Amino acid sequence: MNPSSAFQLSDVSKVYTNGTVALKNLDLTVNEGQFVSLLGPSGCGKSTVLRMVAGLGKMSAGTIYWGGSSQRRLAYVFQEAALMPWATVQENVRLPLKLAGMSKAADDTAVAEAIALVELRGFEHSYPRELSGGMKMRVSIARALVTKPEVLLMDEPFGALDEMTRSRLNSDLLHLWQQKQWTVVFVTHNIYEAVYLSNRVVVMAARPGRVVADVAIAAPYPRTEEFRTTPLFNNYCREISGCLANASGQLLLRADAEAKAGDVINQIA
Amino acid sequence: MTNLFSDLANSANLEKSISPSRTWRQLWLRPLLSPDVLAPGAVGLLLLLFWEIGVRVTNMPPYLLPGPLLVFQTLVSEWGTLFPSMLITLKITLVAFIAAVVSGLLISILFTQSKWIERSFFPYAVILQTTPIVAIAPLIILWVRQAVPGESSTFVSLVICAWLVAFFPILSNTTLGLNSADHNLINLFQLYHASRWQTLRYLRLPSAMPYFLGGLRISGGLALIGAVVAEFVAGTGGTSSGIAYQILMSSFNLQIPRMFAALLMTTALGVAIFVALTVFSDLMLRNWHESAVKREN
Repeated sequence: MNPSSAFQLSDVSKVYTNGTVALKNLDLTVNEGQFVSLLGPSGCGKSTVLRMVAGLGKMSAGTIYWGGSSQRRLAYVFQEAALMPWATVQENVRLPLKLAGMSKAADDTAVAEAIALVELRGFEHSYPRELSGGMKMRVSIARALVTKPEVLLMDEPFGALDEMTRSRLNSDLLHLWQQKQWTVVFVTHNIYEAVYLSNRVVVMAARPGRVVADVAIAAPYPRTEEFRTTPLFNNYCREISGCLANASGQLLLRADAEAKAGDVINQIA
Repeated sequence: MTNLFSDLANSANLEKSISPSRTWRQLWLRPLLSPDVLAPGAVGLLLLLFWEIGVRVTNMPPYLLPGPLLVFQTLVSEWGTLFPSMLITLKITLVAFIAAVVSGLLISILFTQSKWIERSFFPYAVILQTTPIVAIAPLIILWVRQAVPGESSTFVSLVICAWLVAFFPILSNTTLGLNSADHNLINLFQLYHASRWQTLRYLRLPSAMPYFLGGLRISGGLALIGAVVAEFVAGTGGTSSGIAYQILMSSFNLQIPRMFAALLMTTALGVAIFVALTVFSDLMLRNWHESAVKREN
């Protein structure tokens, strides 16, 4: 195993009890400090990969090897902000520390730091219902950062936000990542988001969930908003879009064949 | 971009300065003058007026239907006997209610700790609920008299009857609430290796709070109904008889105005219990739950 790898999924499969094959023989190595996006249509098992890495739910087959980091040092950001509505911003961010049974004094500085990182100072005592969608997501990210994780798993964190909030949170996230050098696995179905953020985009296809392409995005950081308008950016988007179209094209063809087979059977019957 | 952000900050601060913590005057006086109180109040007064006029115009004898004025007069003149009876009923109701809250909460927590316990015992809770209390009250009174002889025997059996009626809404609502915690938050707790106790304390119980409080409101009224029904069945005499006994006795003696007065007291007690629990529930939830949050639009 590569010494610089954060973790490695080897031959991982996941079959749900209803028979859905979410992942089939997946191999994926994520290096330390890498920003990897998992991109694909819904149902391709990209969220399942995150859940397996986080240890939420059992794998049907395969192994995950942990390198420099450990599973204990990871944090997870969900698609929804998933905040406790009865608790203030501060209490929400404090939650992971509270669950770890840390002393309150040590908590306070960590909580304040995390809130400052996501630029939510002044909102410590607000309740989630008083915040906009983008601000709730910031709280969710602060909660993930408060434990000072090494690996950050993000499951379509900005999927439910409007385009402007999304691009702002994108650049903020990138900025934080450059400061903190976490290993990030970022699930999305937005090609532009994936190319803008990552140094590596892993394209997945559905039924069964598998990797169809692994594209390195060789653009230097820091990436500004202008990067989104460069030819390089467009080329990557086109390339990845092609990979996605190929994968879903194969799927369409196959669905077509299945439909025809169904017709034949119907005619016989 | 920073401007956008400070704008957001300002607007949120503004919102806070407009709505400072509510004082008692805002809490009590404003609701009393709101249309929610004034409109039904006017309707009630109008109805009473028609009732009084109707009774006078038709020369209705008081043993068939007393007018509201006569009922009120009787309430004042009989206060000395009716009020102590109401206190007894109130005591039974409160003890049964508290027992229902504590047992309902504990059993629902037990249910959510193990699906097997819930599966095995929940149907019996339903059976307890659906058995008519009037039918089993005599049995309960009989059994309790065997187990607890003496003065307190009636009190205990009445409390048990009222508890049986009041217990189920709390159990079923709280069980539902404990099971409806946000699944993402459950995953998050799992991720941070939260203990069973931590998950209960910091996630499941707060999530269940609105459901529990809803159950509380139903069960408060039911505890009173249970106590009254049980008193009817028990028909306790002597000094320690509750309001239901007064209703029963008044109707036997054709003291219909007195019966109405006692009935009025019972209803007022029920409304008071409901209002108290509603205020309590709003206080508990006002910071975060949709049902209690005031919105401008």
